[in-house]
Amino acid sequence: MKQTISVLVENRAGVLNRITGLFSRRAFNIESLAVGVTDDPTISRITIIVDSGNSVVEQVEKQLNKLVEVIKVRTLEENSLIGRELMILKVNANNKTRQDIMTICEIMGAKVDDISPTSMTMELSATPDQLDTFQAMMRPFSILEVVRTGVIAVQKGGGKI
Amino acid sequence: MKIRATQAIMECLLEQEVDTVFGYPGGTILNLYDELYNYKDKITHILTAHEQGASHAADGYARSTGKVGVCFATSGPGATNLTTGIATAYMDSSPVVFITCNVSEDLLGKDSFQEVDITGIAMPITKATYLVRDPQTIPDVMRQAFAVAATGRPGPVLIDFLKNVTFLNAMIDYEFIPWTQNRSCSSIRALSHSHELKAPEPNLGDIDKLVEMIAQSERPLLICGGGVVRGRAHRQFREFAEKLDSPVAITVMGGGGFPGAHPLTTGMIGMHGSQASNVACNECDLLIAVGCRFSDRVALQPDTFASQAKIVHIDIDRSEIDKNVLTDHHIVGSAKRVLELLNKRLGQYHHPEWKEHILPLREKQPVEDCDKLTPGQILDAIQKAVPHDAIVATDVGQHQMWSIQHFHFEYPGQLLTSGGFGTMGFGLGAAIGAKMGNPDKVVIHTTGDGCFRMNCHELATVEHYHLPIITVVFNNGTLGMVRQWQHLIYHEHYSQTTLDRGPDFVKLAQAYGLKGKRVTNRAEMEQALQEALSCGCGYVIDCQVDMDEMVRPMVAGGAHITDFLLK
Repeated sequence: MKQTISVLVENRAGVLNRITGLFSRRAFNIESLAVGVTDDPTISRITIIVDSGNSVVEQVEKQLNKLVEVIKVRTLEENSLIGRELMILKVNANNKTRQDIMTICEIMGAKVDDISPTSMTMELSATPDQLDTFQAMMRPFSILEVVRTGVIAVQKGGGKI
Repeated sequence: MKIRATQAIMECLLEQEVDTVFGYPGGTILNLYDELYNYKDKITHILTAHEQGASHAADGYARSTGKVGVCFATSGPGATNLTTGIATAYMDSSPVVFITCNVSEDLLGKDSFQEVDITGIAMPITKATYLVRDPQTIPDVMRQAFAVAATGRPGPVLIDFLKNVTFLNAMIDYEFIPWTQNRSCSSIRALSHSHELKAPEPNLGDIDKLVEMIAQSERPLLICGGGVVRGRAHRQFREFAEKLDSPVAITVMGGGGFPGAHPLTTGMIGMHGSQASNVACNECDLLIAVGCRFSDRVALQPDTFASQAKIVHIDIDRSEIDKNVLTDHHIVGSAKRVLELLNKRLGQYHHPEWKEHILPLREKQPVEDCDKLTPGQILDAIQKAVPHDAIVATDVGQHQMWSIQHFHFEYPGQLLTSGGFGTMGFGLGAAIGAKMGNPDKVVIHTTGDGCFRMNCHELATVEHYHLPIITVVFNNGTLGMVRQWQHLIYHEHYSQTTLDRGPDFVKLAQAYGLKGKRVTNRAEMEQALQEALSCGCGYVIDCQVDMDEMVRPMVAGGAHITDFLLK
């Protein structure tokens, strides 16, 4: 089961290393990871997706809590979170295929960032599932490059972690 | 007040009441040693033969005194030589502050001479690491490092100072604040917002629930783990055990947490646990483990471990709960505080039938009466010759198990052994640290010929500082524990375990300016011990033991706790 762990950490060198090191040495696999600074420049927020059972996630949470650099850890509730990922996708495109690609982009809400005689580059911010669908729809046109940021997420409602 | 940065480092050590450090100088840490020269009246520095020896000595000092150990080393190889010692301290939750210096800022990250990313290397084996780039942060970092090492579940911390931070012209603002007050300084206050720097206060509902479970139980068993020793909760534990009238099994790390000669003791539990402990574990209906992490050497087969029992786990570290063994109930808090609260709520129980069933199983094997020297004879002779409060530092392997099975440890810090990491070569360094911290106590170092050869150069330290440490080598000419496995499990393929080689340990002792004797029977052993106890200097007793002696009982790793491979 995929679970989303949100971690507030001190924003300084070596902290990310310490967090990811904890995962690797206990053989917890990270599905996705995204890091960025929060409103407070001394604090960063890391969003980690793990695909494991509850006991593993509980152990991860406890181990993270022990690190001096970690300020707060929270596993977000799956059914009440807003999770988004950004994808940039470059695909082969020519006069024959361009219109079909545009149709898919419109349906999925992707924005075209660049165009050339032989290619198109689009961006889409959505849930990971929607990104997977978009990627699958683009595959027949021959994908040149895909870049994904990893999911960032917050809990719905007025609360904060 | 403005003082030199290096002076602030020394003052911060004094704030923590540090009077002894172990270490080894080198290029990048020269400034710190230059300052140490000015503080030689206040801080005793023990120069070891090797940084690893210093790391184990600081660890042994911490384990035996309950204070935080301090160890210095230079950058690069000096720092990496500490790593085995850091990991040893980490696995056994021993509070040690390791201080290294690195190359200066302008050389950092350029693969400079003796440069290594020691804070990176030490990350998975420390509670915290600090790379200090700004001298102004020294007091904050030092105070936080000591607080982190000593509080909660203790453990090692590493501080790496860049050389320019220690330049003698680096001046900083500093005010002396004793450790009892500086725990409220800004860096620690910031930390205490997010971390419980103090041990978490036990939940009273959890305590009451355990009291109820105890009332329901007919066959309780207590496990005394390392947390009782580290938390110095031995008095509370004893009161608890006596009130509960329950057998007590002791883990390797729990040695000294409960008196080894107490009528309720069933001895060691686990792979080389006694029949009494392992059977009790299998048959009890309530297992209360205090400060024990159910390692694979205790809970050999987690799924069937204490399968008839409700398992209750008392630990200071929340992340230990349900990590290795799934429990029915747990209490998070320091062993001392939890047991105090329990003792207040607990009446006197009696479990005569259960005790009668379990306790007779622990009958000790009689010491063999034969011409050749046996491990039992060696340990029996030591036990009879030395004061009952003598500190025992062991290395790792057969002699370690024999020592722990045989001696009756009475107080926390009396047994110094690398239980978690299993570090061969730990013992002599640890013994040096223990002797520095406990000058009035007799310190015995038991070792094997394999282990001793790993760090025997610390005999130079023993000699230089006139430390009358008695080293007892169980010399069987083999890596005995590995040979035992090869004998029992690997079809007697004695692959690379026979140690048919030098040195002559008696001559080695003499070469270091110490005394030594080779013994082949009990009478010689007793005589050598008398000499060792009266000579006032380090002494090495080279005990000739048969290479096919085995540690009994034994349960294979991963097997059910009562499926004894050897009885």
